[in-house]
Formats: sequence, C-alpha cells, structure tokens
Amino acid sequence: MKKLFKKKSTRTSFITYAVVVAVFLYLQIRNATGGLSSTMAGQLVPICAWSIMALSLNLTVGVLGELSLGHAGFMSIGAFTGAITAAVIRFQSGGAAGGALTLIASVAVGAVFAGIAGVLIGIPVLRLKGDYLAIVTLAFGEIIRALINVFYVGIDKNGLHISFLNTENLSLDAGGKLILNGASGISGIQKISTFFAGFVLIMLCLIVIFNFVNSRSGRAVMAIRDNRIAVDSIGIPATRYKLLAFVISATLAGMGGALFALGQNSIVASKFDFNTSILILVFVVLGSQGNMLGSIIAASVLTVLPELPFMRGFKDYRMLIYAIILILVMIFKNNPTLKRFMQKLFPFAELKKRFAKKAEGGGNDG
Amino acid sequence: MKKFVSLALVLVLVISLFAACGSDNGSGEADGVSVFKLGGIGPLTGGAAIYGTAAKNGAEIAVAEINALGGSIQFDLRYEDDAHDAEKSVNAYNTLKDWGMQIFLGSVTSTPCVATSAESCNDNIFTLTPSASSTDVLGGVANPLTGTIDVERKGNTFQMCFMDPNQGLASANYIAENNLGSKIAVIYKNDDVYSTGVYFSFKAQADELGLDIVSTTTFTESSQTDFSVQIADAKDNGADLIFMPMYYTPASLIFTQANAIGYKPAYFGIDGMDGILTVEGFDTSLAEGVMLLTPFNADAQDEKTQNFVAAYQEKYGEIPNQFAADGYDCVYAIYEALTALNATADMSASELCDALVAKFTDGSFSFNGLTGDNMTWDETGAVNKTPKGMVIENGAYVGLN
Repeated sequence: MKKLFKKKSTRTSFITYAVVVAVFLYLQIRNATGGLSSTMAGQLVPICAWSIMALSLNLTVGVLGELSLGHAGFMSIGAFTGAITAAVIRFQSGGAAGGALTLIASVAVGAVFAGIAGVLIGIPVLRLKGDYLAIVTLAFGEIIRALINVFYVGIDKNGLHISFLNTENLSLDAGGKLILNGASGISGIQKISTFFAGFVLIMLCLIVIFNFVNSRSGRAVMAIRDNRIAVDSIGIPATRYKLLAFVISATLAGMGGALFALGQNSIVASKFDFNTSILILVFVVLGSQGNMLGSIIAASVLTVLPELPFMRGFKDYRMLIYAIILILVMIFKNNPTLKRFMQKLFPFAELKKRFAKKAEGGGNDG
Repeated sequence: MKKFVSLALVLVLVISLFAACGSDNGSGEADGVSVFKLGGIGPLTGGAAIYGTAAKNGAEIAVAEINALGGSIQFDLRYEDDAHDAEKSVNAYNTLKDWGMQIFLGSVTSTPCVATSAESCNDNIFTLTPSASSTDVLGGVANPLTGTIDVERKGNTFQMCFMDPNQGLASANYIAENNLGSKIAVIYKNDDVYSTGVYFSFKAQADELGLDIVSTTTFTESSQTDFSVQIADAKDNGADLIFMPMYYTPASLIFTQANAIGYKPAYFGIDGMDGILTVEGFDTSLAEGVMLLTPFNADAQDEKTQNFVAAYQEKYGEIPNQFAADGYDCVYAIYEALTALNATADMSASELCDALVAKFTDGSFSFNGLTGDNMTWDETGAVNKTPKGMVIENGAYVGLN
C-alpha cells in the first residue's frame, strides 16, 4: 500500500477521489438533514453536470493540449438524446415515474450519441492544429445548435417520429406526445437526476480520465501535446491517439449533458451556445489545465458564486461583479509570487510544475 | 503533514462556500396588517432585459399604490434576475423560496417560465405570469398542429397575457374578417418560442379560413439585421400584407429595409410589436398604418391607463409597454383575489395557492385591468379577454374597428 502511494500520479488521483467523496458525503448529509437552502439543494445536480463538463474538456485542453470551443455542442447532443430517451421510456411505460434504470439508460444513450458525434467531428477537425482547430470546433458547436433548433421528435403507439421540417410532418396519433419541439426544445422533463447519480458520474469520469492519462495511450497523447515532431519521428500514429482522447472527451461531455438535462424541467438548444462552451473553458483554465480536482472546484465555485445571497444582493450589478471577481481570480492565479506560494502549499504541485515548464518553453497551449 | 494541511484547507474552503448559503425566513404579520411576500423573476440583465425590467417596474408601481392605500393587505415585492435562462431562473426561484415567497409572479419570458412553473407546481405556490405566453407554461394545452398534449397541466399556473396560439388564431381571424389582405407573407423568427408558437397557430387557422399565404420566410437571432431576402421573397410573390409575429426591434428593420426598395405592403403585428414607436433612431413615419393586436395601449384615454402611464413616466422616465401593464395587472389581480378571500399572510404558500386557484377558476371572479376588461380565467389557466386591434396613425396607436 505504502509503495502504491509513492507514485505521484496514483497519489494525485487518490487524493482527488478522497476530496470528491468527502465533499459529497458532507453535502449529502447536510441535504438529508435539511441543512441546505433550496437554492443550494437545487444546484447540486447542475454543479455535478458542470463539473463533468469541465473534466471532459480538461481531457482535450489539458491532456491533449488542443483548444476546443465547441464543447457545449457535445453537451447538447447528450442532453437532447438523453432527455428524449427518458421521455420515450416514460411513454412506453405508460407515464410511470422514471427511476435509476431510466437515468442509467438515458445517460448511456447520451454518451453514445455524443461519442459518435465526437468521431464524426474529430476526423476532419483533428487534422488541424491550434487556432484553426479551435475555430472549427466552434463552428461545429454552432452547427449542432442550429440543427437541434429545426429538429422535431414525437412519439405515439407506432413508435418514434422524426422531422426536420415542422411538427405537422410528424403525423402523430392523438394519444401521442411531442417530445422535442424545435426551437421550443423539450418541455416537461421529469427530473430524475439525483445528486448521488451526479457523484457517481463524476467518480466515473475521474476513473476514466486518470486511467487513460496513466495508460500507454495517455502517455502517447501527452507526448503529442509536448512535442509533435518527436512523436511523428518515432512512429506513434498521432491522429489516432488525438481522436481517441477527443472521443473520450466528447463521450464524457454527453454523459454530463444527459445528467444536466434530466435535472432540468426543460431544455432549449440555444442554452448550449458559444457562450456555454467558453464558460466550460473558463472552468478548465481557472482550475488549471490538466488538474482534474481544479476543474471540479472551479466548476462548482463558478456555478454557485452568482447565486450566493451576497451576490444576489448586488441586484442588477450581479453579473458585473461576477465578471470582476473572475478577472481578479485569473490575475491572481497568474501572479508568480502567489503561484510559488501555492506550489509550496498545494499537494498537486507535480502537475502544475509540468505545465509551468511547458509554458516557459513557449508552448502554445491556449 | 503539509499535504494533509493543504487538503484540509481545500476542504474547508469548499465547505464554507456551500455553508455560506443559509436561509432566512421572516413572517409578515403585524397589527392586523398582512404583508404578503410576492416574488417575481425576469431578465433584468442581458438581451431580453427590456421585458423583465418593464414587468418589474409595472409590478412595483402596483405594489407601491396598494401599500399606499394602507389596507389590511400589503405586499413585499422581490424581483430576481434570470438573464432569460431556464437554469438561472430555477436558481432565482429557489432563492425566492428561501426568502419565504408566498405568491409567485412567474418568470417574465416563456423559456424560463416553463421551468419555474414546473417548480412552483411541485411546491404548490400560486403562479400568475405577466407575459410568458407559451402553452408549455400552463401545460395541458393541446398542440394546435399535432393535437397532442405534451406537458401536463400545472394546476397552480395562470397567465395574464394571451397564449401564443390564441394570438395566432385571433390574428388570422381578424385578417380574414376584415379582409385585410388577399396575398399574405409571413416572416417569423424560427429559433424563438414565441414567434414560432404564434406562426404555427396562425398558419393552421389561416389554412382553415382559406387565407392565401404566398411567402413564408424566417430569420434567427444571429441573422436579424438583414431582411433583404425575406422582403424580396414577399415582394416577388406579390404579397400585399405581411404578418409579423415578432418583437419590434427586427420589425423596425423590416419596415426600413422594405421602404428602401420601395415596397409598401400592409403590415400586421402582434403584441410584441408594441413599443415600435419608441425605437431609437427609427423613423416612425415608416410604421404608419401598421396594424397590431395588443392588449394594452399607452395612449388610451381611460383614467386608469392615463394614471398608470403618468406614474410610470414620473418614476422611470419612459412610456410603459404592455409588459409593464401586464406586471401591473398581475399584482392587482392577486390583490383583488386576496381581498375577496380575506386572506391573511400567516397562511402558508400552499394554502394560499389552493384558495387562489379556487377563486380564479370559480367563474365569478373577473378582473378589470389595464390590459382588458372583465378578464376571467378557467381551469386551463389561460386568460379570457378580447384583444384590441390597433393601427398606427400619425405616430400614435388608434383603435381599429
């Protein structure tokens, strides 16, 4: 046991697991005993969903070293396919309340569809590098949003009806149900996401990411990030490994999207726009690229922050204050003195050092 | 050891953040005066802020008036911002719940209100939304195109504004009855719930009435600055009336751009067109002759409207639009119902909800407000009032006959 923890990467991952479990237990107990306000209790599932989004993007940005600005697109694919799956299961079971099994099925479907989209998008996109890749992912994110805006899905006893035109083309029976109504999105979602499910999914993401990073493939991916020419020269198929990381990232994002959607009463495609992609990127950058626990903390803090009672007190200036806090935090985070101090204090200095070294080398890691 | 300390620090940090969100509940009972906690949500910041701010201002004026009366029913109004986002709106709703909200004014815009009305339905808090007009807000309404009921009826939720399909229906009926156009073009915003909702019901009703729609074109949030393609399509198909289910900002551009190419059809808008005369830098002479269906008219000559407009102008320095009037009416409708019920503020939100729902749906409750006379509600939650046809003449709204 002692030996196992000597390895720094193992230690980092186990510390991360421990912190997540501890915070989960604390919040779960507070929630069960009524110690949380409605505002806080209502945000537990979104916090988990945004944390998963940050984790999954961290795989692309921090580990693969490519800037993706279309992550909200994968989230929306997961969200919509997941919510549609849940609605279909509910319809087929005669409107019965969905349980854990429905949630598992929906999250799985969301993850699979987002993964497929990841493959389709990854093949053309990953041939590009740096800024070009960022811009193309941005475009794909917008395309996904625009497509869902004109997508109509309904269900009746004959099965699923899908149209790209309008609801009339669905020709639903009277007993049927319109699930996805184009720009109006999906309304009347049954909220089946629970904080426990969110916690399980975060743990799953962490396990997948840590094991991937510490595997042969993960090392190849990080090698691509650090020195593409060296990788090519020793015959590692760079595109294949890049695609692998990208698809895992998209799949996890799909899971996060499904969890998010099933924790909301309604979702619309316009929610998952460019701004949302940037927000997820902010989580990752604030939490340090490559630092998984950092991503979770940044996502949680930035999700909760604007809803804190003291922030609500600023009334109309709330989002302005939020932006100012964000700017200040970013500045402090890049302060060298503060950074050294934090490195002494922070147990995950190893990952940070690696990034610091890379930044000194003038690497373009966005 | 160092690691342990730092880990503990991180934990404390995170936990203190979560723990910071306590809740406080104040009750509102003093000397036989009941102070009801009224909560509302709207986009007070961001692109849709104009609607949320107007509804909030209208509600504030109503609350100030009622409190100034010094009766036994007083209101404590709190509005929260949702930036026109469903997720943020639910957060705002939970904030209001922590505050101890007893009656909910809903969310101002449709997409967030679909979410918050589902929450308030679960908590059984009475909800009367000023302007969220989508059918999914109420639930239980059959989709006019598919005939299916997609969201179950939320028994606690009522609307002060017209439901989207009713606006489309009323517009088609109005155009057909008054023979306003033989060839009709429609331009609508296809990534917007409000615009598509009205368009679909308009189309369904127009087909039924045999109206000839010769051109249907769309735009989106990101393409609402250039309408040359849509206008050219309407012109090429010889449309003599353009139906515009949209808000006034894109509409003002359509008027300007159509005028630039010398195309002068008749225009017919819905309540979102209200406000067209206040657009900065817009030549209002271009809106001359534009017809619109709207429940509220700031130029109306009745005393109630004039008092409201004067009070609004004094306090906020601008002419109120229909959102402000809807917000004002919501507060007064709740006030009248509470008065009729002899309700007191020590009743729980759930008790108030049951009593108010019973009052609103018992058939005898009718309300005279700025946006209509003898408004009634039934179990569907939709308001029953007559839309007013308006036409713009000499830079002012005049009632259509």
